Amino acid sequence: MFASSSLMALFKRDLLIAFRNRGELLNPLMFFLMVASLFPLAVTPDPKFLGLIAPGIIWVGALLATLLSLDLMFKSDYDDGSLEQIILQPQPTLLFVLVKTLLHWLMAGLPLTLMAPLLGVMLALPEGGYVPLVLSLLLGTPTLSLLGSIGAGLTVGLKKGGMLMPLLILPLYIPVLIFAASSVQAGIDGNTYTGHLAFLGAYLALMLVLAPVASAAALKISIAR
Amino acid sequence: MSHLDKQKADNALPSLLSGQDLYCERDDRVLFDGLSFDWHKGQIVRISGANGSGKSTLIRILLGLSASYEGQLFFSGRPMKHATYDFRNALLYLGHQVGIKTSLSPEENLNWLCPQANRSEVYQALEKVGLKGFEDVLASGLSAGQQRRVALARLYLEDKTIWILDEPFTAIDKDGVAQLEQRIIEHAQAGGLVILTTHHQLAVDVEEVALGEFTSSVHATKHHETGEAQ
Repeated sequence: MFASSSLMALFKRDLLIAFRNRGELLNPLMFFLMVASLFPLAVTPDPKFLGLIAPGIIWVGALLATLLSLDLMFKSDYDDGSLEQIILQPQPTLLFVLVKTLLHWLMAGLPLTLMAPLLGVMLALPEGGYVPLVLSLLLGTPTLSLLGSIGAGLTVGLKKGGMLMPLLILPLYIPVLIFAASSVQAGIDGNTYTGHLAFLGAYLALMLVLAPVASAAALKISIAR
Repeated sequence: MSHLDKQKADNALPSLLSGQDLYCERDDRVLFDGLSFDWHKGQIVRISGANGSGKSTLIRILLGLSASYEGQLFFSGRPMKHATYDFRNALLYLGHQVGIKTSLSPEENLNWLCPQANRSEVYQALEKVGLKGFEDVLASGLSAGQQRRVALARLYLEDKTIWILDEPFTAIDKDGVAQLEQRIIEHAQAGGLVILTTHHQLAVDVEEVALGEFTSSVHATKHHETGEAQ
């Protein structure tokens, strides 16, 4: 009873903070948009060629945009002492980590997913690619948030952790990238893509169980100094 | 006489928080060694010592945020690692950073820190810490002392037995200090345990834990032990 109320309170608090600083929410979206809009200018505006590389560009853009927004996941809580208060709650820290991860996905992964079809149009993504693109982002971006929470937890106490986190978690992002981009390609080619999506779903299920545990442990290490 | 009786009664109860033979070193410097204590309900414990003598380190060890120590901690007679849930349920901690979000108002901050408190309780508590009229002002517009007062309002809102306060008087003005001291004494009289670090002298009898004195006596005893280990 009390557990749910303090989790709910954290959820509401962070939504309120996000609403007050809503400019920051646009950062990952702007990055995503810039990546997608610069490619046609730099490479070629030829729709045939763009359609070929569109799945890759969109997914790489979404992945990097997520990566950029991870720094903020625990940073302010660490700086102002909220993180100590969270860890000292009687409830397991991993529940709070799950709430923070959900919030991160709501503020980064979900908007990116909703924006992706628009970028698809800009990059002349062939028609068969839209459904697998949205589905793969829907299944893939939560995994990116979950994996990212581990890296964010480990590096939150470091003053110069800038490059460390991408190094830590990019290898774990690779499977998501491969299967997601190839699901879109399969859709474009008219092949079945359920296998790819099934893999993304399985990876998500696995990380839903493992990542909060790892992330909570990482936060405790960060705070122990 | 009555004081003695009281002490006897206290000793008969299992202590609320106790430590046995705590040892901690940092950067090759022994902060404390063989530190043992038995703290009961109704006590005010003041951890004193010079800057860098390990006050905050001891606090973090008590909280379970730091594991770089040797020795044993007990909560209500049970080893701490089996009693973490109950300990944290009974704990109110205010550290150097008090967890106040600057983009939220005092009321919104307390809604998060004390989710069980209702609106009128929050308003009353804010009034008690002298923040009446500031309920809806964003904390970024408050002074450092006012921000700390928001956190201190938790002392009026939460029903927790153990208070661990790291330098609670920092940035608080004279009236605020007197009021906070009063609240701390009230809590101890009501059967709570207050553990605090401060350079401020409290008006009542407190249990003193002086850090820094250990270091001199330590080296003789601990030195050959570590020498053997290496």
